[in-house]
Amino acid sequence: MAWNSFATPLIGKGVRWASRLLRHGGSAFPGKVVETIDPTFLARTLGRLPLGVVLVSGTNGKTTTTRMVASMLSDLGLKVFTNPTGSNFTRGVVSALLQQVTLTGRLDADIAVLELDEAYAVHFVKQVRPRYALLLNVMRDQLDRFGEIDNTARLLGHVAEATDGVVVLNREDPRIAALADLAPKGTAVRYFGLSDGLKALFPSDDDMATTVSVEGAGDGAAPRAAAAGRTAAADHEALELPADVTFTAFGDHRATFRLDGAEHTTDVKLEGVYNLYNAAAALAVVRAVVADAPRARTAAAPAGGEAFRGRLGRFAASDTPALIRAVSRVTPAFGRGEVIDAAGSPVELLLVKNPMGFRLSLASFPPEGADTMIVINDEYADGRDMSWLWDVDFTSLRATGVRQVSGVRAWDMALRLGYDQVPVDATDTDIESALNVFVHANPGTPKHIYCTYTAMLRVRAALGRIAHVADAGVGR
Amino acid sequence: MAKTIDVMSLYPKDMNIYGDSGNVLTVTRRLALYGYEPRVTAYNQGDPWPEHIDMVLGGGGQDTGQKKIIDDFFTRADALAALAESGTPMLMICGMYQLFGEYFETVDGTRLDGIGVIPAHTIGRDVRMIGNLVEHSDEFGDVIGYENHSGQTFLRAGVGVRPLGRVDQEGRGNNGEDHTEGARVHNVIGTYMHGSLLPKNPAIADFLIRTAAENRYGEFGTADQTDAQAAELARLDKVAAEARAVAAGRPR
Repeated sequence: MAWNSFATPLIGKGVRWASRLLRHGGSAFPGKVVETIDPTFLARTLGRLPLGVVLVSGTNGKTTTTRMVASMLSDLGLKVFTNPTGSNFTRGVVSALLQQVTLTGRLDADIAVLELDEAYAVHFVKQVRPRYALLLNVMRDQLDRFGEIDNTARLLGHVAEATDGVVVLNREDPRIAALADLAPKGTAVRYFGLSDGLKALFPSDDDMATTVSVEGAGDGAAPRAAAAGRTAAADHEALELPADVTFTAFGDHRATFRLDGAEHTTDVKLEGVYNLYNAAAALAVVRAVVADAPRARTAAAPAGGEAFRGRLGRFAASDTPALIRAVSRVTPAFGRGEVIDAAGSPVELLLVKNPMGFRLSLASFPPEGADTMIVINDEYADGRDMSWLWDVDFTSLRATGVRQVSGVRAWDMALRLGYDQVPVDATDTDIESALNVFVHANPGTPKHIYCTYTAMLRVRAALGRIAHVADAGVGR
Repeated sequence: MAKTIDVMSLYPKDMNIYGDSGNVLTVTRRLALYGYEPRVTAYNQGDPWPEHIDMVLGGGGQDTGQKKIIDDFFTRADALAALAESGTPMLMICGMYQLFGEYFETVDGTRLDGIGVIPAHTIGRDVRMIGNLVEHSDEFGDVIGYENHSGQTFLRAGVGVRPLGRVDQEGRGNNGEDHTEGARVHNVIGTYMHGSLLPKNPAIADFLIRTAAENRYGEFGTADQTDAQAAELARLDKVAAEARAVAAGRPR
């Protein structure tokens, strides 16, 4: 332990306080200072957690799934530490820890649930071996950062190699399922999966490209057969691997999961069918933690304290109905199916980052009876390359059309819609003016706004002003 | 009865990345709007070779994709070379551009053969050339797209292969050194430009279409085109012009 480690929490908190005061803004800045003066802070602090660390990574759904796992574990009685949305890199975790540790450097939590970006996850596991890893998927996303998706899968392979308890994998993503081979001896592997009936809704990255070229071939007239491209080999493999949790059916805010051969249907607050599959992923990792709890309770001894042993006892007794209840209580995360009331209409904000996410969002929110707007930016956080828009099938919007297209790359989006024969009412690169027209048209009609990451930030800020103006004007 | 144009999409299952299918969609839609009947055949390894081919479109892929197609690709090398020499229009992006060249030398010095339709070779590098790119072409005006490759491609001098266009800065284009991007030989275009390429560069899409129609029917006639189709094509080109103007001003 470094001579100055006792002082780290104090220094870190001091920097955090000072950086707030100076409006430094960046939430990672205190983390940077601490990483420099006390490089073992992260490993030391997380290493003391009696139930260890759950690491969540993958291209799509990290934030929502991390939130689900954390929410379910605390619903089942544990004290959970988790990193806030957006700080999914090592330094962000350190900064988040600094806010939570006591001045003696103790973290008052039983378990940590951490969302990490694929590249940062590799850094992280060099310092801290996770007890659980939940690996969701690899999709074409942020390609300018990671190169190719096989490369991204390799990054996640390092996470599987470093996990010493249970690796939970997406059975339906061949690149993720293949990581089972990398789990160390003694580390268990569990899968979450889809019923055959739902597989068509979730084509893997490889299937997607095939589907789109079929679409091109038919000039829009070809039937949507996402599952047609699945290879027999992939299906065969899927048959061989038993899933711990299978997502089998969904309805309006309802989902059915199969656990131990029995189907369990529940109401959910989550929006979008892809989030229900994320819930299956979360269930699988929570089940793994529950299964380990009796052993952890024995191992905890007096040092864990009576209160901890009590919590752990109750947690270990969590049965399937309790787990399903915990799923039903999870609420959507920022920008992941969030509904804001603006100018008298419910406005649904839908974050789109990659072809698969966009496709699943379009499938999850039928456009009929709603107004649609699409906002595409190309800042670094969004990805500079617009090619991905051509891997999304927009023909489901053909009947209703799109009211407004906006963002820096509004014209690229309008061109994409043009080739899919989707009517567009207006194209305006100015987000604020486009949004104003959009939310004030057809009051009461639900609105769907699909946005890239930085576009989402702009839209939220602008909506805040519009909602405020509406409040003042109408005085409701 | 509209005239048919047979378009072959080459290895769309394994050589199709960063929106390459957007090129197929663009050709298909524009053909229809010119009053032709596009018929697209997806050719993947092991498939029967189509009877009639008026145009060939190929895309990029990952190393694993290239490995999957390579054996089949060599069995089709003569057929593809014959099509190219007889003037069939072709667009080969990124990975297929490299495979249409003479050879690819990997970072560790291993030589992998290409089919030699384009007199060029590629050297694997650790540094990736990536970002928005505008190149200048005498034939098509400014070509606007997004390059994303780590191989450095060099055109062979003195054998009639020309670059598709010229780039202003070092560190971009074919090899980052000689200010060239892409290749032109017969009616074949090789390029590193994604974006997708054809939607924002309708001049290239129309070159492929016009050449295909002239080869098959002796002329590029638009007698079957309706006024509504002509109007829709003009509208798409207006939107493309706006998208080009924005894209040209974006950071790398």
